[in-house]
Amino acid sequence: MQKRTLLDGQKFQITIKRLCHQLIENHNDFSNTVLIGIQPRGSYFADRVQNELSQILKKTTIKKGNLDITFFRDDFRRKDGMLAANANTIDFIIEGMNVILIDDVLWTGRTIRSAMDALLAYGRPARVELMVLIDRRFSRHLPIEPDYIGQQVDSLNSQHVKVSWKETEGEDKVILISESNK
Amino acid sequence: MAEEKLSTRHLLGIKDINRNDIELILQTADNFKAVINRPIKKVPALRDITIANIFFENSTRTKLSFELAEKRLSADTINFAASSSSVSKGETLIDTVNNILAMKVDLVVMRHPYAGAGQFLSRHVNAQIVNAGDGAHEHPTQALLDAFSIRQKLGDIEGKKVVIVGDILHSRVAISNILCLQKLGAEVMVCGPTTLIPKHIESLGVKVEHNLIKALNWCDVANMLRIQLERQDIKYFPSQREYAMMYGLNKQILDNLDKEIIVMHPGPINRGVEITSDVADSKQSIILEQVENGVAVRMAVLYLLASQRD
Repeated sequence: MQKRTLLDGQKFQITIKRLCHQLIENHNDFSNTVLIGIQPRGSYFADRVQNELSQILKKTTIKKGNLDITFFRDDFRRKDGMLAANANTIDFIIEGMNVILIDDVLWTGRTIRSAMDALLAYGRPARVELMVLIDRRFSRHLPIEPDYIGQQVDSLNSQHVKVSWKETEGEDKVILISESNK
Repeated sequence: MAEEKLSTRHLLGIKDINRNDIELILQTADNFKAVINRPIKKVPALRDITIANIFFENSTRTKLSFELAEKRLSADTINFAASSSSVSKGETLIDTVNNILAMKVDLVVMRHPYAGAGQFLSRHVNAQIVNAGDGAHEHPTQALLDAFSIRQKLGDIEGKKVVIVGDILHSRVAISNILCLQKLGAEVMVCGPTTLIPKHIESLGVKVEHNLIKALNWCDVANMLRIQLERQDIKYFPSQREYAMMYGLNKQILDNLDKEIIVMHPGPINRGVEITSDVADSKQSIILEQVENGVAVRMAVLYLLASQRD
């Protein structure tokens, strides 16, 4: 098994900061914009973005929710094993708001398709944008592209991108894993 | 994210499932409860699944609850009531169900007046079976929703004391509740007149009490069952009025207890017999919450069963 580090240490922090400044450029003071992390792993990224934005804007009222997409997936009964659902925690109204959907890795786009369906069950947002830390480009199954990208990578289908977070795994790091016999 | 699945293909009774299964169902039901409280109460999870609701016995709550759960999951449903079907022309159970399955049905929800009908069917037809009540045997989804409601109210079930009052002898709800609560670590007592308590029920590990006040003072939760007159072939007590005096729960009894207990009832209520109106409508009663939770729990059961491929 081979591992290649895509992002870590200072570069990781700079990437998050840059994404936050890009968000501020488009959304000013976030009075009409909310962050939605896709469960489970997008919510860690969304937490980090919320903290960073609060520090930059010096305000603590930036709204952030977690969205679970399990019941909206398109691979139900098509793969082995069942994915357990996570909690939805969206305790604000998204009707008429700008929504930033946040996930760690964008690959086929199917998760984002499910997330958009799941999101619409909460109302009709004014606008939905997509932010991802890692974009595995040229591997999309659906016509979905991100608005804010931490880093783009070219990867094979057999490879796997793993994002770890300081809060849960003890270290901020993104690695690309490939099976050595492939 | 934990990849977990049920240990069974069918839900025939609480007896056949383990604690892990029960906890998985309750956890999944938490998520579905959030779904049914949203502006758009539907998810597309079971959009390519067809479910047949086959009811050989009357039902209001269970049938509506299952049907709503199926619709909220976007499953296609067909309904069948034995009274208006070819069963009255002499068709056997296996033939009836196989004919329904020939129409490409994936899951069967069945209520039947005979104990073990679900088990029998699961051995002879090729579909997943959910038991919605079989005679005086089991009613697993009722037990699961009761456990879900207790857990929601008290936080945990482990170590809690639950008394089941009334017609234990004819009650499938009682059996399923006893098994489910015990698997989750609760203590269970049954209370009722000697004629309505089955012999040797102590062998299930439950306490038996014939005095309602003593039972209520012991418990955290009282589940008041209906007297099932339609199943009683002989007289088990002199009159309904006498039963109400001995085993009916009224506001005065409730207010005189040392502590505040939770009152449950699986429905349909005979107001003034096992429970008076002021108790049924009091804030200690969670009867309507049980009904709401029923939809979420049934969604969880159907979702988890359907997620298993053949």
